[in-house]
Amino acid sequence: MTSLKKTPLNAVHRSLGAKMVDFGGWDMPVQYPTGIIAEHHTVRQKVGLFDVSHMGEIRVKGKQAMAFLDWLTPNAVTKLKAGQIHYTGLLLETGAFVDDLLLHKVSDDDFLLVVNASNIEKDIDWIKTLARNWDVQIIDESDATGQVALQGPRSLDVLQPIIDIDLSQIKYYWFAFGNFMGLPVMVARTGYTGEDGFEVYCAIDKTEWVWNQIMESGKNQELIPTGLGCRNTLRLEAKMALYGHEINNEITALEADMSWIVKLQKGDFLGRESLQKQSDEGVSRILVGFKMLEKRDIARDHMPVVEDGKEIGFVTSGAPSATLGFNLGLALVPTRLKEIGARISIEIRGKSCPAEVIPTPFYKRAK
Amino acid sequence: MYPADLKYTRNHEYLKPLGDGTAMVGLSNYAQSALGDVVFVELPEIGASFDPGDEVGTVESVKTVSEYYMPTAGEVLEVNGELEAHPEYVNEDPYGKGWLIKIKISGELNPELLDAAAYEAHVASESH
Repeated sequence: MTSLKKTPLNAVHRSLGAKMVDFGGWDMPVQYPTGIIAEHHTVRQKVGLFDVSHMGEIRVKGKQAMAFLDWLTPNAVTKLKAGQIHYTGLLLETGAFVDDLLLHKVSDDDFLLVVNASNIEKDIDWIKTLARNWDVQIIDESDATGQVALQGPRSLDVLQPIIDIDLSQIKYYWFAFGNFMGLPVMVARTGYTGEDGFEVYCAIDKTEWVWNQIMESGKNQELIPTGLGCRNTLRLEAKMALYGHEINNEITALEADMSWIVKLQKGDFLGRESLQKQSDEGVSRILVGFKMLEKRDIARDHMPVVEDGKEIGFVTSGAPSATLGFNLGLALVPTRLKEIGARISIEIRGKSCPAEVIPTPFYKRAK
Repeated sequence: MYPADLKYTRNHEYLKPLGDGTAMVGLSNYAQSALGDVVFVELPEIGASFDPGDEVGTVESVKTVSEYYMPTAGEVLEVNGELEAHPEYVNEDPYGKGWLIKIKISGELNPELLDAAAYEAHVASESH
């Protein structure tokens, strides 16, 4: 038996009655006794707290940090201001993904990359190899950093009373450093749910204390702990990619419908040549959102998209949508099928089931 | 969690004999908990006959889908139509409102069915 990695909140989850699962080698709560659907609705309507301490934090420092990252990743790092964040990828020369990440700019020579837990070692190796001829230091801070994500429309009301910075001044995809009841923390207005919310980074040995303080502050806001099960359905409704599903080492950023992170005009970057070619010639397959037309059909990850008995694509993620009340998913399909209203067929347990391409994100919160 | 008056399969269905040659069939508490929130239950045609171990239908949860199987030979007398509007009954009350089908038992009861104690031991061995 391989032993699973544990976050500093492992015992807390168990004491709360969480159902624990192996998530990329980590022992993580998929749901609490509340259940996935109720947790999902609570995040959309009120507020939930997620343990995301398993996520990786990679510091990139040095005189050439900004230039290096601007070459390493496809989004325009030089356009970021101190305190700003953007979503981007670590790409192969093919334009496909090593990982996706949030890139935080502390200053011109100090950046924090937040990466997927299951990819930490791979990312570190990748970045270090490529950094050899640059004046930068690559530091893995994952084991020293705890992280919790407070998500939902009441997030600000829960967090504001216990932190000394004015959270209303932090815009979406910006961050700040603050004093959390005496503890220095980093607070980012980000998340993986499509709701407003804050991700709080702290010293790993303080994570349980931070969790408890936030839960206590959230009592009068009906805050509940929420697990990875609803995190997945929430992110899917918001069309946020999950590594290993929408993106992997064979799916390019343009195929994943992420032209918004691919700044072909910014100058040279890793993967640019391939992506420029793909952009000029047009991609042959692309990620689309779909809705199952029969109420009882639920598409699941990896199910084939079929046409005349042949597999022409596949479902990257599929699930019932608790918010929207129908079954939806994302699929990689031939580009000719990307138009809204296009009909596709998904093979579910040997049966061809009708679906329709619909606009994404499936869910967008009211501003 | 595993009522003593029921019989169980290794695939986590239960059979509740009603004493008149009929029985209710559903998912055990362990099964509903493992599935998580159920959102759809595919039910068979009334009158359909199955052998022990035959696939009867599927149960879809938010996370996953699972087949369920006939615990003993029999014919479907009734299906739980309430589940169409309330699939959550499978989670909330697996041995009551969350029943799946009512069957007429054909012949002898499947000898491989487990009693509550044996089933509990089976569950313990699977979850470790």
